[in-house]
Amino acid sequence: MQFSYEVKDSYAEVKGSGRLNMVAAPKLREVVAEVVAAGSSKVVVNLEETVFMDSSGLGALIGCLKAARQAGGDLRISGVQPQVRMVLELTNMDRVLTSYPTAEAAFSDD
Amino acid sequence: MTVVLGVNYVAWRWLGSLNWDAWWIAVPLVAAETYSLIDVLLFGMTVWRLKSRGAPPAAPDDATVDVFITTYNEPLDLVMTTALAAKDIHRPHSTWILDDGDREELRRLAEEHGIGYVTRSADWADMPRHAKAGNLNNALMVTHGEFLLILDADQIPEPDILDKTLGYFNNPRVALVQTPQYFINVPKDDPLGSQAPLFYGPIQQGKDGWNAAFFCGSNALLRREALMQLGLVGYVRETERNIRQALAASRSAIRKARRSADADNPLVEHMLNEVEAVTNEAQEQLETGASLSEITYRVRRKVEQAVQTLVQADFSALQSDLEEIAALELAHVGESGLPVVAGDAVEVMSGREWSPLGALESVQAILDAISVERINEAQPVMPLATISVTEDMATAMRLHALGWQSVYHHEVLANGLAPEDLKTMLTQRLRWAQGTVQVMLRENPLVQRGLSWGQRLMYFATMWTYLGGFTAVVYFAAPIVYLAFGVLPVSSLSTDFFIRFIPFMLANQLLFWVAGRGIKTWRGQQYSLALFPTWIKACTTAARNVWFGRPLGFAVTPKARQSGGPGWSLIRPQIVVSALLVVALIVGVARLAAGLLEPVGTLVNVVWVAFDLVVMSVLFRAVRYKGFIPEERNADAV
Repeated sequence: MQFSYEVKDSYAEVKGSGRLNMVAAPKLREVVAEVVAAGSSKVVVNLEETVFMDSSGLGALIGCLKAARQAGGDLRISGVQPQVRMVLELTNMDRVLTSYPTAEAAFSDD
Repeated sequence: MTVVLGVNYVAWRWLGSLNWDAWWIAVPLVAAETYSLIDVLLFGMTVWRLKSRGAPPAAPDDATVDVFITTYNEPLDLVMTTALAAKDIHRPHSTWILDDGDREELRRLAEEHGIGYVTRSADWADMPRHAKAGNLNNALMVTHGEFLLILDADQIPEPDILDKTLGYFNNPRVALVQTPQYFINVPKDDPLGSQAPLFYGPIQQGKDGWNAAFFCGSNALLRREALMQLGLVGYVRETERNIRQALAASRSAIRKARRSADADNPLVEHMLNEVEAVTNEAQEQLETGASLSEITYRVRRKVEQAVQTLVQADFSALQSDLEEIAALELAHVGESGLPVVAGDAVEVMSGREWSPLGALESVQAILDAISVERINEAQPVMPLATISVTEDMATAMRLHALGWQSVYHHEVLANGLAPEDLKTMLTQRLRWAQGTVQVMLRENPLVQRGLSWGQRLMYFATMWTYLGGFTAVVYFAAPIVYLAFGVLPVSSLSTDFFIRFIPFMLANQLLFWVAGRGIKTWRGQQYSLALFPTWIKACTTAARNVWFGRPLGFAVTPKARQSGGPGWSLIRPQIVVSALLVVALIVGVARLAAGLLEPVGTLVNVVWVAFDLVVMSVLFRAVRYKGFIPEERNADAV
């Protein structure tokens, strides 16, 4: 799993390509912690290229959400692929996280 | 057969044999007998589906495994012995010591031997710790093996433990593989009833047949994915519940503010209206299924803005209010180790006459306290259940409810240490019983969605057995009452009684004998009756804990033998009961001689008292038990 991030005008976009599983989950937490520490508390995790996610990956997203909220911002997800959508539904996590079509749309109403 | 005979007997007892003149003992006795019948029926149902699995499937080669050794205050050499044995397990794995005691020396020892060492992260400061469940949940966040082997600090694993168990996970729905707990420091006659051959045998095998094998806290493998899924589902459920509470609390705070004097101030009124609108809007969104993160984010932003505007308008007058609110703790840890959710904070707030700004601030405080971050817990996602001091049973039940499968592998693959004195043993039994009753009261298995009826009854069966303390009292009291006072709870001890009772008893014993297949279950039977004060205490403390939030008086079972002489005071109730039984025996014989009692009734009750005394005798040996002496040393001494 490869992560990259880019700080935009009003938010930071974290991109992950590959499989967000139990091995990659801690890495995601690190990347988001770094982004938040650098001053961007509004974070979009772009999942367009994330082909697979397990419950540990989702757990990491929740950890990141907590970090962003505690810094006064928010964490949102975009570009959810079919397998990831299925996992979100299976764990009821779609009750907690809204999936936005694109990273740009995520904070457009804020 | 046992079922038919048992139902026949108990039905007759209810319908035809009650001595209503002595209802105060007759009704409890027949109730106790009904309890026992249900117990036997559940046991019969358990062993009905006894599953012998034979050789395990071949273990997959690419599985990644974390071996967790949980410790709190056990001696370091004991922990290290287990850890080094764990390190030597065949097949690739990482070994971790999960030290809840945060001992520097253990960290050093672990590093020296190339073993991982985990203590609670900074997130756990001032948060509910949740004992062993918390310890495991913490470690789950910093490790990433696909499967987890969980070992208590004293459970020394065999090198082939993974070879024999990992293969079951080839079935992608299997979440749990439990192996027996076996103790090597127990003499043949097992004075403390440490081995549980009936449980780690026919009972677990029977539960396995119903896909309801229990997780017993140690010597078990778990699938990380299943645990994490459990944690996520629990997180979503808790978060939604907390948000609903928060919105209700917010409305009540607004109502309070409206009643205060400043409410006439147009600025304040405007603010209150705005916050009320936000709260109502959030409630609406919640009902229409908007996402929780969105709802909470929006509400908090708006309330923040409202408060800020108000603060700018009138700051100084309300300074003292703000300080008071800041001093208020929002969520705190109950003495039981379980979090007391902000409910009482809400109560305190709505009970006070605060000015509108205070009320607004308190709305925000509530929304802060209960949000998607789950800030009253160390980590939002808690994979292992924390509703009970026995996290294992609750976790297994939730896994089953999510549709995961479990396996009981009937082969000893780890050797542990049992308590070597009565006091420690009683502490341990009390904790198990308390935990089980907690789960029963918090998440009654009979009404859990997702469980099959077989699974519901398998969980219920174990909980049911812990209610036996009350019936034991009745079984001890009934013969005493007859022998000492001549009061018979049965209307007659005629042939009617015996032709129903004796076949049932025989069938019952036969069932145990067949199910047990020669294993020694007598010790267990003795203790299930003789420890009645422990079972009763467990029920009452757990009920007080669940219903009134009182502490359980939770204790970690010490692994080292407790010093001090024989603890007769530990079994005071049993000594009193035994003395009463003996007195009743003497009085009964005297009354028989005086012609006050009939011979048949006396005989039945004398046999009954003798049985009770034999049951109790186990405790007198247990109190005098000096701890384990290995066989070799014993032989040398002779």
